[in-house]
Amino acid sequence: MNEILNLLTGLAVGLNLLALGTSRLRLLIRAVAAQGVLLGLLPLLLEHGAMDWQLVFITIATVAGKGFIIPTLLHRAMRTANIARELEPFIGYISSLLLGAAATIAAVVIAQHLPLFPEHVGSLLVPGAIALILTGFILLIGRTKAISQVCGYLILENGIYLFGLLLIHATPMLVEFGILLDVTVGIFIIGIIVDRIQRAFDSLDTRKLTALHE
Amino acid sequence: MEVLDILARLLVWLVLAPLLPGIINKVKAWVACRQGPPVLQLYFDLARLWSKGVVMSTMASPGFLIAPAVAWVAVVAAAMLMPLGRAGCIFSFDGDVLLLVYLLALARFSTAWGAMETGSAFEGMGAAREVSFAVLAEIGIITAILTLALESGSISLASMFTPPPGPGAALLAVGLFIILLAENCRVPFDDPNTHLELTMIHEVMVLDHSGPPFALILHGAAVKMMLFSALLVQAVLPLAHMPLGLSLAAMAGGIVLVVVAVGLVESLTARLAFRRVPLLLTIGFLFCLFPLLLTWMEGVL
Amino acid sequence: MKSLLLILIPFLGAILSALWPSNRTRPLFLPVFALAHTLLAFWFLTRPPGFDPAAWLAFDPLARAILPGVSLLFLACAVYAVSYLRLHPQDNRVFVAALLLVLGLLSAGHQARHLGILWIATEAVTLAAVPLIHFLGTPRAFEATWKYLLVGGTGIALSLLGSICLGYASLHGGGSGDITFTALLEHGPLLSKVWVLAAWVLLLVGYGTKMGLAPMHTWKPDAYGESPGIVGAILAGGVTSVAFMALLRIKSVIDAAGESVFASRTLLGLGLFSTLVAALFLLRTRDFKRMLAYSSIEHMGILSIAASFGAPGAWAALFHIWSNGLTKGALFLSAANLQRAAKSSSMDDVRGMSLILPRSSRIFVAGMFAITACPPFAPFFSELLIIRVGLGAGQGWAIGLFLFCLLLAFLGLSRIVFAVVDGRPRLKNPERIHLKETAGIIAPSLALLVASLWLGLFTPQVLRDAWSAALLQLFAQP
Repeated sequence: MNEILNLLTGLAVGLNLLALGTSRLRLLIRAVAAQGVLLGLLPLLLEHGAMDWQLVFITIATVAGKGFIIPTLLHRAMRTANIARELEPFIGYISSLLLGAAATIAAVVIAQHLPLFPEHVGSLLVPGAIALILTGFILLIGRTKAISQVCGYLILENGIYLFGLLLIHATPMLVEFGILLDVTVGIFIIGIIVDRIQRAFDSLDTRKLTALHE
Repeated sequence: MEVLDILARLLVWLVLAPLLPGIINKVKAWVACRQGPPVLQLYFDLARLWSKGVVMSTMASPGFLIAPAVAWVAVVAAAMLMPLGRAGCIFSFDGDVLLLVYLLALARFSTAWGAMETGSAFEGMGAAREVSFAVLAEIGIITAILTLALESGSISLASMFTPPPGPGAALLAVGLFIILLAENCRVPFDDPNTHLELTMIHEVMVLDHSGPPFALILHGAAVKMMLFSALLVQAVLPLAHMPLGLSLAAMAGGIVLVVVAVGLVESLTARLAFRRVPLLLTIGFLFCLFPLLLTWMEGVL
Repeated sequence: MKSLLLILIPFLGAILSALWPSNRTRPLFLPVFALAHTLLAFWFLTRPPGFDPAAWLAFDPLARAILPGVSLLFLACAVYAVSYLRLHPQDNRVFVAALLLVLGLLSAGHQARHLGILWIATEAVTLAAVPLIHFLGTPRAFEATWKYLLVGGTGIALSLLGSICLGYASLHGGGSGDITFTALLEHGPLLSKVWVLAAWVLLLVGYGTKMGLAPMHTWKPDAYGESPGIVGAILAGGVTSVAFMALLRIKSVIDAAGESVFASRTLLGLGLFSTLVAALFLLRTRDFKRMLAYSSIEHMGILSIAASFGAPGAWAALFHIWSNGLTKGALFLSAANLQRAAKSSSMDDVRGMSLILPRSSRIFVAGMFAITACPPFAPFFSELLIIRVGLGAGQGWAIGLFLFCLLLAFLGLSRIVFAVVDGRPRLKNPERIHLKETAGIIAPSLALLVASLWLGLFTPQVLRDAWSAALLQLFAQP
């Protein structure tokens, strides 16, 4: 079980680097969505055989939210905002990749200095979570386009979710709360879409007004 | 006996290496549904060049002739350190892996030196490009070697290729493949067939060479290709634990596979824009870095 | 359980107002439900209901010490909102509902005795405030909303992370995963130290972002500057107090875990830094609504400084929450009048408002003196208390820096306020001012100012008792 868990977490960390290195928003969104699905499956692996409705709920909500609903919204926002690439980020792609790698190494070092339960020692859960959180910050700070920043926030949020899995047995509630963060993201994106539509209407209105005036 | 053994091994490297560019060209021809040059084409070219005279620029010093020779010797010496599966290597001592890195750097230095000897700004530009990309590629090689050294606890090439199977090996394979493409001036970093002045890197440096020195350069490039393929195959497959015959077969098969992959990449992808080359090399470096991290984590945990 | 009414009444109001068909009469929901809430809150203040220590939501002494003040501020804003929305013909369905929702969530946040519930309430308040900040719908308002969401969202994410760390610390110390504050305090000494420290740092940054402590304050000037004045007042007086109270509750857990020195030092450092940053920005800004935001950052810094001085400091901090909230409310509402009349909030465009809106200008000036701690208003007494506690705690240099910042803040505030109020009116089209100084827009800010004065001169015994009871709750463990 632990092997598969580590493999999934490792893949999620790998997707970080894809997200950091690409300038294409479409690819960025896909990477984040794939990461969400990978992480969404983890609760099923953590529970050794026993299935309860809470776990199933968390899994379904996470996979649906992070893997499908939010990426769809993001794609829509991308179309309404009519941008496909992040052209001039604050932090260049090579620098962000190197920063991401440094963050991953730092995550491993930090995780080694944290006292963990024996069952969490060998797993990539904690270092993976820290790496995701740091990567999310790099994207949040380093990108200029709103959609890339939202993706950064999503990765940050994925990291927190991964971290929350440490507590899934004791306080599954905290993990469920993490899903509420997705709501925040949803509002982010809706904000982008609404703003675009509003601006379109604004310009339309102004033209109408001059037309009546003449 | 000893001397014969060394000579036989050396012959394997020197004679088999020129096959690889031939295979690449054949693969490219197949993908493009062409007949293509024969696999042995490079042998014919080398023979033809060897029999020709040398044209030298009036600006050039004798260094122009010495540089390709130094480069060739350096590459062949590096090849002598590289084991071929269970068959082992020609020379081996503790820390020879560092010598390998330095020999490759020496070869690059001499090529750049030879290019500068012509006094042409064009070749100087090629040399500048070559060394600036090499900086990034070298970090990748060193990281990959560190990974292997950490995995095996040895810094001798003869005994350091004991890769454990797992995600680390897969990542390392991808990373080393990217670096192989960069180091051997293949697409997407450089196009060996190009004669567009603005896009050349390696070709531009050897543009003024002719005759036997040029033959050395071509042959050295082939040996380098084989060297990197061997490094890649052994960094991924635990050949040292296989029986001799199987190990050799796996080695040969692996090298051919790598070379075919190079040919396929060359046929299917376009050359990268210059400003994106560092990005790809950084990605290659990261692919080599993560196995290092994995190995280190396993060691600590 | 009666205390749940404090949450349910505003929620009911939010639902009803969202369903109410008439745009003209809908704003009346605000004062009605706010009044009910305030009456109930003050009823509980004078007659504290009993509560179950293991409950997730309860009107405990800490909630009793803060929530009535927030409720009072909200009532004033609600009354103001009626006359405000009358002049804004656009659809106010979302605005009214979101305001009432914010009130309910603020009550939930103040009463939360469970780390997770506290987080949910803070998160929900943040989201509910989004339509409020975006109400004016201008591109600048959108930019402000975006920054608010991005910075606030990150803060929220970090506080969830911190909560998870604290949960793990408790689990590591042998806890059962119960993360009510009661359970955490009981387990205090057993909590895993490293995780507690990590949790404190993350929670301090997370809730500090919601409070608007520097350097996480960047959303504040934009959000306060581009949103209606009532929203600014509620954010500055209500949302920040939830975040501060969260930090107080969490700090008591950290103290119980034996890391109080580190927690106090970080609070003091962050508080001093916020005060300094705010004071310096106050000297630079030319916009009187952004000025209020920087002043709010300064006062959040003051609260953190006070909270770092142990139990007596916390008492002073509770006092200061009240005095800051009420005074800031008066300032925001009078500033809103000035801005609505002048159609600008920059001191370059707005001059001589004392001739155009004499009453609002007077309240604005008096509020400025009040917030810069001039006697006899409440902030003077609360800040004096903080200084005395700080000197008593031997933090002479911190108090010195603090006083210097107060001086700078006074210079910055008076510079802008007098530039706006004094002189000859220099508006773009002065004859076009339609804003009449009716009771509806003057009374709320005046009432808040009087409340601040009254709080300073005759601090009621019942409030003193409430604050002391809250200290007992926070510092029960030695």
